[in-house]
Amino acid sequence: MSQLKPKTIFEKIWDSHVVKRAEGYPDALFIDRHFIHEVTSPQAFDGLKKRGIQVFNTSRTTATADHNVPTKDQHLPIKEALSRHQVETLRKNCKEFGVELYDLGHAYQGIVHIIGPELGLTQPGMTIVCGDSHTSTHGAFGNIAFGIGTSEVEQVLATQCILQYKPKTMKIEINGKLGKGVVSKDIILYIISKISASGATGFFVEYAGDAITSLSMEARMTICNMSIEMGARGGLIAPDETTFNYIRGRKFAPQGEAFDRKVEEWKKLKTDEGATYDSVLAFDAADIGPMITYGTNPGMGMKVTDRIPTIAELKEISEQHSFTKSLEYMGLEPGSSLLGKYIDYVFIGSCTNARIEDLRLVAEMVKGKTKASNVEVWVVPGSKQVEDQARREGLDKIFEAAGFELRSPGCSACLGMNEDKVPAGKYCISTSNRNFEGRQGPKSRTFLASPLSAAAAAITGRVTDVREFV
Amino acid sequence: MSKDKFTTLKTTAVPLPNENIDTDQIIPARFLKATTREGFGDNLFRDWRYDAENNQIPEFVLNDNKYSGKILVAGKNFGCGSSREHAAWAIYDYGFRVVVSSFFADIFKNNALNNGLLPIVVSDQFLKQMLQAVEEKPSTEIVVDLENQILQVGAVKESFEINKYKKTCMINGYDDIDYLLSLNKEIREFDVANT
Repeated sequence: MSQLKPKTIFEKIWDSHVVKRAEGYPDALFIDRHFIHEVTSPQAFDGLKKRGIQVFNTSRTTATADHNVPTKDQHLPIKEALSRHQVETLRKNCKEFGVELYDLGHAYQGIVHIIGPELGLTQPGMTIVCGDSHTSTHGAFGNIAFGIGTSEVEQVLATQCILQYKPKTMKIEINGKLGKGVVSKDIILYIISKISASGATGFFVEYAGDAITSLSMEARMTICNMSIEMGARGGLIAPDETTFNYIRGRKFAPQGEAFDRKVEEWKKLKTDEGATYDSVLAFDAADIGPMITYGTNPGMGMKVTDRIPTIAELKEISEQHSFTKSLEYMGLEPGSSLLGKYIDYVFIGSCTNARIEDLRLVAEMVKGKTKASNVEVWVVPGSKQVEDQARREGLDKIFEAAGFELRSPGCSACLGMNEDKVPAGKYCISTSNRNFEGRQGPKSRTFLASPLSAAAAAITGRVTDVREFV
Repeated sequence: MSKDKFTTLKTTAVPLPNENIDTDQIIPARFLKATTREGFGDNLFRDWRYDAENNQIPEFVLNDNKYSGKILVAGKNFGCGSSREHAAWAIYDYGFRVVVSSFFADIFKNNALNNGLLPIVVSDQFLKQMLQAVEEKPSTEIVVDLENQILQVGAVKESFEINKYKKTCMINGYDDIDYLLSLNKEIREFDVANT
């Protein structure tokens, strides 16, 4: 038998999806699963209409409405005209082209990166794209999943392929035991704070190590979700028993013997002994604490007990201008601590942290407690299924007693596109993924943190070290 | 659809030295609601250009009459964040044809190239010099020669890298779908074999 070159899991999946590799061209990569939503698809469907072509394979495409949707009174027409038009355009396009749509009110509706996994549409070994950068979430199942632009959405609708150059590979290994009050969101915020918001640009990341493999699927998704926040094309985790157990029995997963056969295939999806990466980073789980961001990109993060750097402590002089501008926007002083700082809003939601496990974590912490009077707290489930599950488990009662508002599913206050916005100048502790200027609404100020840290802050009304509670 | 062809460009530039300019700054989410590709230029850098009452913020470069031209020169890690192609559409719609930076986020770079907007990567050092040259003398003439991959700022020439395939697309106004559609038979076979 000839000796094959050892490959990373990323290379195995990529190479098995190349339909055509031609000199002077990027690879034509076959896409197994395409998710679409109302914001980045209308112009792509227009392109198909102009060319007079159909969707290549509708069974590989799934649509939902999430970015623009209100999280209250979803049974009523969307109030805002442009948002309503965009959702209606999605409806029309899905009908015309025969694409399955989980529309508002449907039992499967929700944030696109939450519903894919929970419906079993997301599986190991696949290639998955969506016109949304947080498509990297799906990589938690051991697949190649990445965000694309609308021209690329059109490519995939038209041909089920995308033209792509193979990115470089990076391994991020985290070993050791996480401390008290530290959850997967802290792991990823920690990594990004160490390597910066562009530290993995050009790379596809594989997360490994026992601190990763010991995590649940929900927790793994949180980590892969934020791969893009360090610039990575995507991030994946090799599938294992935790993965298979999560998928087993889900709506669109293979069933019975077909599932067992798939699992045997999926077990081969791991990086070969001796395979090499273009970059390898390693971190110790014990060094990670509850994290919080203080600036206007996700790389500007620190342990909640640390203080914001001073100008003199910046690594590069070129950062000074952006750093100063960022802190001015946030209304914060270099060198100061955030602990005890009053906040105005708490947002628990988004494709990063709105799965049932996140809501359970929050409920467990706030059970029997009430929110501080200075904060408004929104809990926005990632999908209708998460919402229903939360109600079945009685989490809604716990939230209600605590003064938290449990809303209906959608992207909500993660991106300031729908009705849910943080007002100008207000501080919000958010479990979402971006703290960019104006991200949660014009002039809003965002502190990114874990659901646990957000829950603790909701109770005290201030930036809090969650370890006081656990 | 074929895009505008890009060969050479002689123009001036607008300097925006901020680093990590994310696509939420380029075009905030609340302006992503159109269902066509046109008109996004009006809201390019919306919250840096206008205050809450829609008055122009005079200090912002796009409101500064000193600067004009079809090249935007920006700090490193330009276009990070969301995959919204609307960011590339907004920059193009406003009238820019080139963005120069020392580092671009991946998805933005692809989106730009897919829309006839040329992202040019230069060294940190060259970027600094270019920003300085434009700020000191806004009328500095800049020439982009895509065929020969040369960026000329005043008298200083710098060569830049661009992927050969993408260069051909830009020069001829091709897009990726034309190529992929030509692979239809192979893709069908692949799809059937992998279902």
